[in-house]
Amino acid sequence: MAKLALENVRKIYKNGYEAVHNFSLEIEEGEFLILVGPSGCGKSTLLRMIAGLEDITSGELWMDGEIGNYKEPGERNLAMVFQNYALYPNMSVYDNIAFSLSVRKKDKEEIDRKVHETAKLLGIEQLLDRRPGELSGGQKQRVAIGNAIIRNPRALLMDEPLSNLDAKLRTQMRVELAALQHKMKTTTIYVTHDQTEAMTLGSRIVVMKEGEMQQVDTPANLYDAPANKFVAGFIGTPSMNFFEAQAVREEEGVLLLVGEHRIRLSGEDAARLRAHGADKVWLGIRPEDIAVSAPQEGRQTERRPGWKEGLLADGNYLEVLITDIELLGAEKLLIFLLYGKKYVAKVPAETQVKTGEQRRLYLNMAAAHLFDCATEKRI
Amino acid sequence: MDIQLEPQAAGRMSGEELKKLHERMKKREKSRRLRKLGARFGVNLIVSVLVILPLLYALSIAFMPSGELFSMEMNLLPKAPTVDNFVQAFAKIPLFRFILNSFLVAGCITIGQIISCSLAAFALSFLDFKGKNVIFMLIMATMMVPGEATIISNYLTVSGWGWLNTYKVLIIPYMTSAMGIFLFRQFYLTFPKSLYEAAKIDGCPNLVFIIKILIPLTKSAIGAMAVYTFINAYNMYMWPLLVTGTEEMRTVQIGISMLNSVDSQSITMVIAGVVMVILPSLLVFILGQKQLIRGMFSGAVKG
Repeated sequence: MAKLALENVRKIYKNGYEAVHNFSLEIEEGEFLILVGPSGCGKSTLLRMIAGLEDITSGELWMDGEIGNYKEPGERNLAMVFQNYALYPNMSVYDNIAFSLSVRKKDKEEIDRKVHETAKLLGIEQLLDRRPGELSGGQKQRVAIGNAIIRNPRALLMDEPLSNLDAKLRTQMRVELAALQHKMKTTTIYVTHDQTEAMTLGSRIVVMKEGEMQQVDTPANLYDAPANKFVAGFIGTPSMNFFEAQAVREEEGVLLLVGEHRIRLSGEDAARLRAHGADKVWLGIRPEDIAVSAPQEGRQTERRPGWKEGLLADGNYLEVLITDIELLGAEKLLIFLLYGKKYVAKVPAETQVKTGEQRRLYLNMAAAHLFDCATEKRI
Repeated sequence: MDIQLEPQAAGRMSGEELKKLHERMKKREKSRRLRKLGARFGVNLIVSVLVILPLLYALSIAFMPSGELFSMEMNLLPKAPTVDNFVQAFAKIPLFRFILNSFLVAGCITIGQIISCSLAAFALSFLDFKGKNVIFMLIMATMMVPGEATIISNYLTVSGWGWLNTYKVLIIPYMTSAMGIFLFRQFYLTFPKSLYEAAKIDGCPNLVFIIKILIPLTKSAIGAMAVYTFINAYNMYMWPLLVTGTEEMRTVQIGISMLNSVDSQSITMVIAGVVMVILPSLLVFILGQKQLIRGMFSGAVKG
């Protein structure tokens, strides 16, 4: 029923600033779509255009086969949860939840039934008589969601709904939101700058940068096959390390020169690089794909598929200087220096390393990503 | 070189000594606080006496027989208090009618200004339309023009319409004010925009938003505006003097000056009239102030 589609949507503000360039996307029924990107990337603008709070400069917004550009926000049958909750402070929780129905002059009994149903679903039945000012952040958030879902909207729009909560509550609400969406099956478009939220909640993620869509894909695909250097660096914490490398073609495979280090590339990656023909590439390695020692036979060191094979390929190490160590609990972050630039590796906490130490770090080349230096696209 | 640490370090006191120390320090702190409080109270007292003295003196004169006022002695308080002055003032002019007129006019102006200014300010702060800033600047520009500059042309206009000596001529020209629009707009600019957007998405029309959400949440601005406008309207002098001639249309500020006619000069009577005229506006201020402060607090603490 509720299919939304954007076609070549652009937003140019009065001062000439183009916040969104030619954006096209189809949003499926019941989907949990995440718009993610650094601040100022146009994700909120896009959401506000869908909601009708901003005019669409050009392009079309389709809603169930109808053009939606010129509909008033109230006519679009969308609901929105704002970052600061946007609860009406002068009304009780009950009236806040019921507001969208009562301005539509719905039957009182029906409203009452629905408010109680919604409150029960969100576990806020005992709060109905309170004012928003008497609620905690998490409770306010629930009321805001209640106000949004009570009238069964075509789609639920969320603009960084969890960013005002403290870290613990955020994690808890994240889980609850996912469960709620699963139960209600309401199409949800969720804006966030937090990639953890994006990865855990979304069924599909749109990564945006400077008003342009970088990639749309499932969380796993974004992580494993980022379309370009920006997506690769944005998804995953700590973010991916990028080493500038010179590609030298050999008879078998390709040799990547990172400074004086020679890293051999073989198999599919090498074939792709050969076909691509670029000389200068970015070698992208996630911090979790770097180890302080080559794995020994018979020891359980496999952390990710291909880990052992990747490490065992010869010559895939870097001689680096460890400058800082951050203990995270189960893991350690090693900040290391190579040719004047800083990179990060994530290793098990029991690894013996000291700051100021020269170490050999091994790269899992099976999980390596190569990007064209000129276009920054994945090879 | 080794430093020998004293085993009996400072700070080791018996329970008795410690208790004494506590008491001494507490006493010192208490007397310091008292001195501070006294000084503050003294300054406040002096300033408030300076401010309120003329008013109190006027009140005292209103109860004096006129003979007492015109004596060589210093008479701060009436020796033989009398209500004669009030009776005389009422007999001389229809003071009740004047007060009623003033209340009617000031009340209508206040209500009119609150409605028109809040609606205009709503449009100027929440809605988006072409030329919004130009219109706002034009409104602000009218504040630069002194009222006296336009009073003649206004007079000619209303007299041409045959409006002289009516209530509407006292009320309608003052139904809106640039100051009020400015005040409300500034207040609305601090109003969270997301509430308006949420209401819009909820399908709430603008007028319902104003009545159900904006007005209840901006009570303090409305209260401040109401007190300010009412007192200003109550104190209007120039315009009512110009456009009203008959006794039954006169407002109290004009009426009171009638007491001061050349043929029957009695300062005590004039003061008695003035005291009665001040009372209602003082009352409005005191009542309004309470509402105002309550409103301010409910808005200030973010809920």
